[in-house]
Amino acid sequence: MDLFEYQARDLFAKHDVPVLAGEVIDTPEAARAATERLGGKSVVKAQVKVGGRGKAGGVKLAATPDEAVARATDILGMDIKGHTVHKVMIAETAPEILEEYYVSFLLDRANRTFLSIASVEGGMEIEEVAATRPEAVAKIAIDAIDGVDQAKAQEIVAAAKFPAEVADKVAGVLITLWDTFIKSDALLVEVNPLAKVASGDVIALDGKVSLDDNAEFRHDWDELHDKAAANPLEAAAKEKNLNYVKLDGEVGIIGNGAGLVMSTLDVVAYAGEKHGNVKPANFLDIGGGASAQVMANGLEIILGDPDVKSVFVNVFGGITACDEVANGIVQALKLLEDRGENVTKPLVVRLDGNNAELGRQILTDANHPLVQRVDTMDGAADKAAELAHAAK
Amino acid sequence: MAIWLNKDSKVIVQGMTGATGMKHTKLMLGDGTNVVGGVNPRKAGQKVDFEGTEVPVFGTVKEAIEATGANVSVIFVPEKFTKDAVVEAIDAEIPLAVVITEGIAVHDSAAFWAYAGKKGNKTRIIGPNCPGIITPGQSNVGIIPGDITKPGRIGLVSKSGTLTYQMMYELRDIGFSTAVGIGGDPIIGTTHIDALAAFEADADTDLIVMIGEIGGDAEERAADFIAKNVTKPVVGYVAGFTAPEGKTMGHAGAIVSGSSGTAQAKKEALEAAGVKVGKTPTETAKLAREILGG
Repeated sequence: MDLFEYQARDLFAKHDVPVLAGEVIDTPEAARAATERLGGKSVVKAQVKVGGRGKAGGVKLAATPDEAVARATDILGMDIKGHTVHKVMIAETAPEILEEYYVSFLLDRANRTFLSIASVEGGMEIEEVAATRPEAVAKIAIDAIDGVDQAKAQEIVAAAKFPAEVADKVAGVLITLWDTFIKSDALLVEVNPLAKVASGDVIALDGKVSLDDNAEFRHDWDELHDKAAANPLEAAAKEKNLNYVKLDGEVGIIGNGAGLVMSTLDVVAYAGEKHGNVKPANFLDIGGGASAQVMANGLEIILGDPDVKSVFVNVFGGITACDEVANGIVQALKLLEDRGENVTKPLVVRLDGNNAELGRQILTDANHPLVQRVDTMDGAADKAAELAHAAK
Repeated sequence: MAIWLNKDSKVIVQGMTGATGMKHTKLMLGDGTNVVGGVNPRKAGQKVDFEGTEVPVFGTVKEAIEATGANVSVIFVPEKFTKDAVVEAIDAEIPLAVVITEGIAVHDSAAFWAYAGKKGNKTRIIGPNCPGIITPGQSNVGIIPGDITKPGRIGLVSKSGTLTYQMMYELRDIGFSTAVGIGGDPIIGTTHIDALAAFEADADTDLIVMIGEIGGDAEERAADFIAKNVTKPVVGYVAGFTAPEGKTMGHAGAIVSGSSGTAQAKKEALEAAGVKVGKTPTETAKLAREILGG
């Protein structure tokens, strides 16, 4: 889960990373009181989970509370690279900035450990610095058990060649930032820029944080979830504990196991090249050992997607039993029909593996006019794409 | 010969007495796996009956090893406790620990991996979030269905469980020396490269099938390894060509971020290393068949 800047700011503050004052608002009028609390001037910052908001006009200075209201009016509702601005942060104006640095901690998959990245050339162009002059960006591996103590922090500071007058202050920030990283189960904590200001202090002016969803069991992250941005189908799927991602095609996909479902998306997209360029409408993994009920829940979500023109159920039964899947399909169709819904979308079903014969027999016996069996993955994908194209 | 697992492997199950552990211990025994014990401190001293086979429960991994000579542990404990279970297996210096549990926090995986390193890497860790390892006809550790295929001369290494099954099914008439699912999490113990090296050295393996998916750069590094070290033919498949950037596709590690981790980049890297890469699982199986037949 990626956090908004204001959420990152709050998390940093909680772990004693130096930040400026700021609060989040979602109506223009609230900018007035928030700016008054900051002494009458502020920076109005769009809260979007995408880079480049400054260049897009999403960050503005306000010299008076009235001006803050005007800037918030401009920015709220703005579209930044496809992201609608629902919230702005009213932040304390930064003191005079003398230098901009970059520091982060992140997961290093390749080396199966954590990594620190630091540079004295922070700011908006850090990606370009990293690409063109990698020597200006220090990368230091961090042992997951030993972590970052004073000595490690000084090692990072030395490797990145921070000036002597800020070395101890940056090391202090690194230790608090590591504390944020570890205690929050983060995959990334990034401060850019880490600013040296006229007083000589260093302050985190902007930050990015990504948290590990698998660690939610030991945190209270309810308030961090971005309910406004969730697609309604994705929200409904999440409620039923289904692993679902909405895509922009026409063929609804249900399968078991992340790898097989990803592969199914590919196979359908290839088949679509021959059938009017239809594409997968979603990713949906019903997981291992799914019951008939889980299958029915999944099918209900997919059939409720107006973009879906045909459905491909692709199951290789490992732990999952194909007879359960077949029963789930039959039950889901009956449930929807009993509810008075007009189910018209054709289903192509491919079952292999554990209890495949039983599952196929259940479908044959049910003899539902919308359901057809195709017993190979490529053949079934082709049929599903053809049907979606015909219904388009 | 096979790799890492054979008929002589003595297997203990951490988390055997939970629902998932019970179900799969029964299935593993049915496949002929030599399951010699379970571990659960609260049920130490008890015996569990699996259709006539009595399996003793020990309080710790260390006690189980001392009593049975076990050299493989398979871990089914819930994700909140998995780190402690793996650390216990490492402390007991069991040669192979297969971690089936999914949904483990990355900081926990990073911690047990770092711990394994500090203890001298005496324990090979497979997983987490993986289907396990099977040497057909000899032993099956984890949740891979034992009846898909038979012993043969293909070695398989895969990030994905169901794609492992699919590929074993496609090539079921030829059969497999060993199939190992390494898991799709961001941090895993055994890598594609470890499995490739082991299959290269295994006299019972003639061809290697390698299945990857989007996210990270493990496939690219595997391609580099193949170019330098693998003489046996390798056939590859990568899932996720149509996955959009920034959306996690089920596995915690399966996410395309920016230009890195795409299926296309992985395919190109593998092909540059001489690996034949199929567009679909079926086409991949066909490529393997052509090489073995020719």
